[in-house]
Amino acid sequence: MRRAELVTAVLLAAFSIYLMWKSTELNVGWVEHEGPGGGAWPFWLAGMMLVCNIWTIVNWVRKTTPQSRSQDLFMDSYAIRMFLLVGGSVVGLVAMVHVIGVYGAVPIFMLFYLRVLGRHNWVPTLVISGIAPVVIFFFFDVAMRIVLPKGYLEPLFYPLYDIFL
Amino acid sequence: MKISRRCLMGLAVIAGLGLTVNASAQAFEPVKPVDFIIMAGKGGGADKMARLMQTIVEKHKMASKPLIPINKPGGSGAEALVHVQNAKDQDHTIMVTLNSFYTTPMRQPGLGVDSLKFAPVARMAEDTFLLWVHKDSGLTTFEQWVDHVKSVGNQWVMGGTGKLQEDQLITDFLNANFDLKMKYVPYKGGGTVAKQVAGKHINSSVNNPSEIEGFYNAGVAIPLVAFTKERLDKFPNAPTMTEKGQDFAYYMQRSVVGAPGMSADAQAYYTSLFKKVFDSKEWQDYRTSKSLYGDFLSGAELQAYWKVNNETHRKMLAKAGAS
Amino acid sequence: MEIIQLLLDGFLIAFEPLNLGLVVVGVTVGLFIGAMPGLGSVNGVAILLPLTFLVPPTSAIIFLAAIYYGAMYGGAISSIMLGIPGASTAVATTFDGRPLALKGMADKALIAAAVASFFGGTISIILFTGFAPALASVALDFGDQEIFALMLLAFATFVGLGGDDIAKTIFSICIGLVFSAVGMDIISGTPRLVFFDIIGFLHGINFLVLAIGVYGIGEMLWTIDSTRGNPSMSKVEVSTKRTISHLKEVLKEWKPAWIGSLLGFFVGILPAAGATPGSLMAYGISKMTSKNPDGYGKGEVGGVIAPEAANNSASTGAMLPMLTLGIPGSPTTAILLGGMVIWGLVPGPMMFIEQSDFVWGLTASLYAANFFAVIINILFIPVFLWVLKMPFTILAPIIFVLCLVGGYAPTEDMHDVWLMVIFGFGAYLLRKLDYPLAPAVLAIVLGPIAEPALRQSLIISGGDATVFFTRPIAGPITMIAIVLLLLPLVQVFRKKRKQAKDAEA
Repeated sequence: MRRAELVTAVLLAAFSIYLMWKSTELNVGWVEHEGPGGGAWPFWLAGMMLVCNIWTIVNWVRKTTPQSRSQDLFMDSYAIRMFLLVGGSVVGLVAMVHVIGVYGAVPIFMLFYLRVLGRHNWVPTLVISGIAPVVIFFFFDVAMRIVLPKGYLEPLFYPLYDIFL
Repeated sequence: MKISRRCLMGLAVIAGLGLTVNASAQAFEPVKPVDFIIMAGKGGGADKMARLMQTIVEKHKMASKPLIPINKPGGSGAEALVHVQNAKDQDHTIMVTLNSFYTTPMRQPGLGVDSLKFAPVARMAEDTFLLWVHKDSGLTTFEQWVDHVKSVGNQWVMGGTGKLQEDQLITDFLNANFDLKMKYVPYKGGGTVAKQVAGKHINSSVNNPSEIEGFYNAGVAIPLVAFTKERLDKFPNAPTMTEKGQDFAYYMQRSVVGAPGMSADAQAYYTSLFKKVFDSKEWQDYRTSKSLYGDFLSGAELQAYWKVNNETHRKMLAKAGAS
Repeated sequence: MEIIQLLLDGFLIAFEPLNLGLVVVGVTVGLFIGAMPGLGSVNGVAILLPLTFLVPPTSAIIFLAAIYYGAMYGGAISSIMLGIPGASTAVATTFDGRPLALKGMADKALIAAAVASFFGGTISIILFTGFAPALASVALDFGDQEIFALMLLAFATFVGLGGDDIAKTIFSICIGLVFSAVGMDIISGTPRLVFFDIIGFLHGINFLVLAIGVYGIGEMLWTIDSTRGNPSMSKVEVSTKRTISHLKEVLKEWKPAWIGSLLGFFVGILPAAGATPGSLMAYGISKMTSKNPDGYGKGEVGGVIAPEAANNSASTGAMLPMLTLGIPGSPTTAILLGGMVIWGLVPGPMMFIEQSDFVWGLTASLYAANFFAVIINILFIPVFLWVLKMPFTILAPIIFVLCLVGGYAPTEDMHDVWLMVIFGFGAYLLRKLDYPLAPAVLAIVLGPIAEPALRQSLIISGGDATVFFTRPIAGPITMIAIVLLLLPLVQVFRKKRKQAKDAEA
């Protein structure tokens, strides 16, 4: 935990500097008779972020916060495994939307999650994975008129559009 | 017998022609909901108009698939322009545009957007601009206004929508041609600007009538001059800029465009669809009540209109940038 | 009493069978739309707008107002049940609603939310009925300077919401404010912070993207980690007796309800402010004035009541400038305004005279919508609680899918979905190190209101910053805000001095 605290603070400090640098694309100073320029708001606030990160680093050195004293692991093996599995499956879900759309990705994600991570029986797994896209379709595409992305599966939906939209 | 057969043949040919004409007009039908991109945020003038069009289409069941309004206000319409330019399904992507259609690609050349490449579908209207002040300002004519603004110098605050967009271009014109030094404050939308005038937080605005009409009806906001060619029926007491000796008229286009590369059939389909919208009673009523200008334009005519306006805006922006 | 006469006429309109039916349907539909993470009253009203051409304008606006109301009630549901605020107006509800649900008091939180919403709604409609035209002029007096002062006050009231680590709390506020600046800078008319020239950043970082990322994906990952994938959510058994005892407890909390209702209404009528700052300020002030401020954030029922009373009250308040001035007080009323234009009604100062049928029909149906919303909401509580009884491994993938569609729905852009996933992962990792994230979420809501107001004020004043102190309305607000901002600092120093003294002793 102690090491993670420092690494995070340093990374965030670097990010703050990046934000400050990015803000300088616009005027970060004071424009005569007009007040702050377009980049001033993000620039100075990113500067405050940097100050806070340095403050955290100082706290780390002086060991004044619980995180800077903690000898616990930041992520134990269980946490890492679950983060990779669950986080990875979420990334997979979003990535699949680009290819096979929401209605292809959601059942596959649900099948994986319920069966592999949740260790549920096939019956509830299949039922939930099957119902979810149907409910989403009627709520979003039909009722709310928010047409969700369908990727390469779009032509399969033409008949459904004819009936429901 | 012979004649009648010939007649029948003739009729059949005519009928056949009619059918083919019909068939070619119906060559395109959307197979899925149409993305109806709006270059502005929810609740703004362009959004209201787009949603009115969508409502008319649905009310009269003019199209077999719904139009799905999607707001893409990012970067003064830059996001919408890029989205439509790169649309994968060109035949199902249309957009409602304003004058940022010209100015945004000029101001952000990095986008690589060429306005003239978009498929012209229909110009639904041109919105008009007037100069507004609060009734308590005591100013009732344009001359009084010019004299007064001159005397207060840069203490006069003009509010408008966005930076280097329509409202500021008009403000720049006034500053340049009447020797004024007005200060310009950009706001997010025309409704906010109108409210700032009514609350006396800014001194004047160049709102569209639809944005400020509530305050006009209540007698709070007064129009001093119209930036149109002829006087508007609803504001007969507001003289035009031409009457004041300046050949200047400025309108906001309210047009529908298709994605670049849209097929001719699809373009024809959308043009005829929006022609129906244009002819509907609701749209005509809206035009009258909001003092909208401009006839229906489509195809090559609309393209030519864009070309002219594109050049006008290029010049205006060059001037504004120089000052 | 002319007003009462007009109102009674209004009730005759509201209680026509068609209108009454629309109120009930609208409230129910709104409740579900609001309960979906990512969808709020804006979406509901925008999407159902075209459907209203089937009925006369008065009925149409009654329907839309009922959806608006229903969605405001519904927003609390996902905040409490899932910990994901469905809309920015319901962020403050998560602070105590979620802890209550985790303690097995979800039903109490839901009842508190429903009752508070009803109370806030009713108070605000009464104020609306009595003082509409007079209050409209107050709204006009609020210029940019006043809006900025108000935002300062909003920040001041929730500065105490962060954790114990001051450095990390300030960091969180700042990063939220910086993210809120992404996109177009309207004052200079140039895009800024468009990272790596990705076009999706042009529309800025939507509040919902951050909120769903932090509270949806981040929270789920955190829950899986901290409970080893097996959270023991205390089960809730609904019984009439339990419900009544909750109701009694909730009714005792009159103070946060009043704070929320009044504050929400007055902030709501100010253009551009809307319900979100109102609910945040109500939460902050209710915490400050509470006998048990330390309980806030850990499941104090007052922490649900204050923001819920405020956001419903503000949603009525926001209708006031819409009807009387034609200025929307919130994004949702902007769409309603669009609807009125479509129906050929002209909102503005003349509306109360020229279209009094419409105005009073609407007012009366607000009373009705509020009444039905609270009843329908309470009736549905067992259904919502049933959802919580699902095994976590079933609930989790459903929530992830809701995050996906909820992140996509507001802008219909996959860019935002990816951003949400990144925020979710980041939030999870930062949370492990005790970085408070609520301040960032709040900052991203208020930033886009505060920054332009600040700069517009300064352009008008020619760069003179004293306007925030010298203007008659802005001045006092700014002063109060500064005092409130300094208060925690003073407390910190006192604590330190005390510690030092103790150490000496």
